[in-house]
Amino acid sequence: MITKRIIPCLDIKDGRVVKGVNFEGIRTVADPVEMARFYNEQGADELVFYDITASAEGRSLFTDVLREVARQVFIPLTVGGAISSLEDFDRVLKCGADKVSVNTGAIANPGLIRAAAERYGNQCVVLSMDIKRVDGGFHLFAKGGRVDTGIDALEWAARGEAEGAGELVANSIDTDGVKNGFDLELLEALSRRVSIPIIASGGAGSMEDFRSLFALPGVDAGLAASIFHFKEVSIRDLKQYLSENGIAMRL
Amino acid sequence: MIAIVDYGVGNLFSLSSSLDYLGLANTVTADADVLAQADRIILPGVGAFGDAMDKLRHTGLAEPIRALALRGKPLLGICLGMQLLFDSSEEYGTHEGLGLIPGTVVSLKDALEKQGFSYKVPHIGWNSLHLCRPDNPLMKGTSEGDFVYYVHSFYAVGCEEDTVANSEYGVPVAGAVNRGSVYGTQFHPEKSGSVGLRILRAFAEL
Repeated sequence: MITKRIIPCLDIKDGRVVKGVNFEGIRTVADPVEMARFYNEQGADELVFYDITASAEGRSLFTDVLREVARQVFIPLTVGGAISSLEDFDRVLKCGADKVSVNTGAIANPGLIRAAAERYGNQCVVLSMDIKRVDGGFHLFAKGGRVDTGIDALEWAARGEAEGAGELVANSIDTDGVKNGFDLELLEALSRRVSIPIIASGGAGSMEDFRSLFALPGVDAGLAASIFHFKEVSIRDLKQYLSENGIAMRL
Repeated sequence: MIAIVDYGVGNLFSLSSSLDYLGLANTVTADADVLAQADRIILPGVGAFGDAMDKLRHTGLAEPIRALALRGKPLLGICLGMQLLFDSSEEYGTHEGLGLIPGTVVSLKDALEKQGFSYKVPHIGWNSLHLCRPDNPLMKGTSEGDFVYYVHSFYAVGCEEDTVANSEYGVPVAGAVNRGSVYGTQFHPEKSGSVGLRILRAFAEL
């Protein structure tokens, strides 16, 4: 029996965990290695690390953090943030990442998805998308949610699958940081378009939000940051609650 | 000493880290002499079967690994590394494997479609183990229903006799196999939390 997955996301800047609200007003939270260990003990099914540093120095702090986490935590690690070439894939995979998430880098160069899938396997390539409603449709945004590409997000997801992405992360800008539930409308539309696993992101505010999320059969995993970081919801309690509500969980 | 075969594929860092964490001496190597001297060998791997098999041959490691395993040295193939243990694979054409365990590697998507299932491929995530042979030494720290982490699009068939544990994903997926001193796990023990660490320890204690 395959389970649904609960994935805490750690945004790392200059070697520390931060969490923004609607992608702005970034606050520092804690030491990433300590948090990774804590989430592992709590039963997190995977961990995602986004490198949001701009400087080269910050980038090397990030790989140090990644290496240290990979030495101590034995669950899947996904890394994203400014991945725009095969060299970037190589750099983070050598530090212990299992999967690499591409976003703006794939928009700028869609060939990157196929090239990476051919070299490292489909399972290694996670297509991450920042999506916002514009004029009654779902638009794909780039550069951390700041730039409307004008691309239809559902089309882009289908293309990503065709190019060889192994999983999709759908991050709803409309619900991100608002803590009022996942973007079920978007997720349902996406799950009708693609047949690779979908990881939902943006909007988790309560345990009930995850229950509603997993009522959608096409969603495989729920990703969240602040509710876990600020201990509003514990992963252990959440998984227990979902399991009691008939959702397959690894306990 | 456990030798981890480095033939240019896969995330060896995690595997090596998990053995370090367990206090098990290990080395990442592409040297056939080191493999010959090691107590046991782990063959990792991600990516495509044909490409991996080519690399294993070009590095001159395919034959030594095969010979050492046939002489009784414990060998553990992980994920694609397990698939390489079989006779052949149908991933992008037909490719010959190491032939250490009878069986063939085929498309999971095709098998699911044939049976009318709409399961997603790749099979990614935590799936529970059914122990077909609970007394197998590789599984000595594992219990029925324990969860392990899978990520793959092809799977082994025709190996029921040597299947130690499987997981249900529309079809029964061979999770762990064993024949003589040759072992394989389709899942990633180095990514399967405490359950996976117990499996790696069991391999080290064979």
